Amino acid sequence: MSAITTLFPGTPGAWSLPHRGKVAMASLIIAESAIFTIFVVAYLFYVGKSLTGPTPREVLETPIFFTICLLSSSLTIHFAGKFLERDKRGAFLALWSFTIVLGALFLFGTGREWHRLIYEHGLTISTNLFGTTYYSLVGLHAFHVTAGMVMLCIVLIFGLAGRVGVEQSARVEVLSMYWHFVDVVWVVVFTVVYVLGR
Amino acid sequence: MSSDAMAIRNVEVESLPLVETLHGWLTTVDHKRLGILYIAYALLFLVIAGIEALIIRIQLMHSHNDFVSPQVFNRMFTMHGTTMIFFVAMPILFGFANYLVPLMIGARDMAFPRLNAFSFWLSALGGFLLYFSFLGGSGLYGAGNAPDVGWWSYAPLTARAFSPGHSSDYWTLSLLVSGFGSIGTAINILATILCLRCPGMKLNRMPLLVWLNLVMAGMVLIAITPLSAAQIMLLIDRYLGGHFFDAQAGGSAVLWMHFFWIFGHPEVYVLIIPCFAFMSEIIPVFSRKPIFGYPVMVAATVCIGFVSLSVWAHHMFTVGMNSYANSFFTITTMAVGVPTGIKIFNWIGTMWGGRIQFKTPMLFSIGFLFQFLIAGLTGIMMAAAPFDWQLSLSYFVVAHFHYVIVGGILFALFAAFYYWYPKMTGRMLSERLGKWHFWLFLIGFHLTFTVMHIPGLLGMPRRIYTYEPGRGWDTLNLIITIGAFIQAVAILVFVANLVISYFKGDKAGNDPWDAWTLEWSTSSPPPAYNFATVPVVASRRPLWDQKHPEDPDSRYD
Repeated sequence: MSAITTLFPGTPGAWSLPHRGKVAMASLIIAESAIFTIFVVAYLFYVGKSLTGPTPREVLETPIFFTICLLSSSLTIHFAGKFLERDKRGAFLALWSFTIVLGALFLFGTGREWHRLIYEHGLTISTNLFGTTYYSLVGLHAFHVTAGMVMLCIVLIFGLAGRVGVEQSARVEVLSMYWHFVDVVWVVVFTVVYVLGR
Repeated sequence: MSSDAMAIRNVEVESLPLVETLHGWLTTVDHKRLGILYIAYALLFLVIAGIEALIIRIQLMHSHNDFVSPQVFNRMFTMHGTTMIFFVAMPILFGFANYLVPLMIGARDMAFPRLNAFSFWLSALGGFLLYFSFLGGSGLYGAGNAPDVGWWSYAPLTARAFSPGHSSDYWTLSLLVSGFGSIGTAINILATILCLRCPGMKLNRMPLLVWLNLVMAGMVLIAITPLSAAQIMLLIDRYLGGHFFDAQAGGSAVLWMHFFWIFGHPEVYVLIIPCFAFMSEIIPVFSRKPIFGYPVMVAATVCIGFVSLSVWAHHMFTVGMNSYANSFFTITTMAVGVPTGIKIFNWIGTMWGGRIQFKTPMLFSIGFLFQFLIAGLTGIMMAAAPFDWQLSLSYFVVAHFHYVIVGGILFALFAAFYYWYPKMTGRMLSERLGKWHFWLFLIGFHLTFTVMHIPGLLGMPRRIYTYEPGRGWDTLNLIITIGAFIQAVAILVFVANLVISYFKGDKAGNDPWDAWTLEWSTSSPPPAYNFATVPVVASRRPLWDQKHPEDPDSRYD
């Protein structure tokens, strides 16, 4: 019987499974998306429901420049990863550092906006519903950017020490996935807070 | 080849000093040890939360009882519910998933062993935080100790004004921390199943237990995270003066209900799907037939996963939603019964015409089938919004969900214990004590939870600490309490069985049940490396193929 010969096939030739880091990061992104969804829903649910001022229309300014910074950092990290794949470490480090600068600029922008809102308009997290939902949604995103920055900096330090080579390419790719996710979340937060919520 | 011929002799491990053994367990990253840690930790909390249930039942034994104060009664039902869901059911199911999934897919360990240990210790910290509230909860206010706001902690009861002290904070933090642990474990299970299968183990050859845990882990990602988000909001409200759930500042208490139940209902399926997984492994082995309708089982599970994400507001019919929302959630809730019914038919189809062996795991499985069916039927009753308006917040609801959780989940778990204990320890659990355990627990269960439907129909509300005599509730409550104590005795028999069999049980060998999945091909307990050589599989029942080379499954694959 031919079945007997196929009973214990050797290792199937083409037995390849997905990279565990990528699967794990994709799963984390799904989980994080659910968390952000809840915060976005809360934000939209409470738009215009604050009993006291200030309102978003009065105090929010659209952060165009800092948004461009963050979104373009997705491009720089993508190309940094591509250079690493081709083992061009110099170009990788340059673009990686540039990504960190762009991320830092974005965080600076968030900090400046919060400073202005708190000191000029007296809007804190406990002022009204807008304050509560705004600071928690934008703050949750800024927290994720900060966490990403820490990880980017760790890679940079290893990179400057000459320890990041083409063999780490897949791991850098995983971090890159996280950074793209943070950027996509900002697109949603930006739309909700600065476009729909005003 | 007979199963004996494959037996690998247990390697005699030299005994280490106690301190080194403990150190080994504390620092372990081995999926099997972490699985056992999860299970042991959950069993500890099962006893604690069981004692809380007994306190509740003693208080309600007869009218105008004053065994505990109303305040203590509130703490008992809150701690009982929270503990049972988050620190018994979740960790025990994660424990089994941790132990079994890598073995069943022929892997060396989980995808991220250190993340695995980290997730376990986060969960353990969560449980510790919850119970530390008995000491630390009163804070500087002298206001109560343990959480007393009910396991769903509706706003505004959790606001600073109504819940002073730190008890609600401990509740929030413990669930947040253990939630992060659950997410870590879910990511680990997903990565393990998708990335570490042994050669030949295609998705459509995975044991159903693995498939169902894959769906469960996916649901954890989407279902536990809304709870984490809501807990963060509650912390912002309580510590930073936020207004998410503060009606006085325009916030909405109903929003908390939605967020909680967006977590809370899929959570039921997160708990029951691994139990379906146990059934799908145990019933075929004791019916001596392969599972009936494997692809349909997978499809039904995925279907349950999706549909169960859109049924949550059936917990909120009495809140006063509009008729469209009521209709939508009635229809989706009834719809989720369809794939669940398919599963029940498939298990019966598996038993049909089989040579059924009534060993203890099979007894618990049959109990599961019967009780889970009734639990589903009362669920369909309450899915109808008008019926729910009548019975919501009554003991009928308590009876319904205990039918799911005790009659379904716990029975399935007992089946799993009797089935896999030999693999984990190398010793069989005693069949004689097992039968005592089964029959005592079955009688106790029905005395408690079948009878409990009736006071519910008669109008007895849940969460009351006492009641007036002469409403027709007295005798029924006494019977319910007696049933609870019979269940407690059954649990004692079970614990005794676990302990006695560990030392005196019959040697199990590799494959005591003549089963077909990969975990039975290695020694009991398995060595740290699981498999000396990486297995290669050609069908859904690799051990059947090995034992019956003249008629292997792979011929029909």
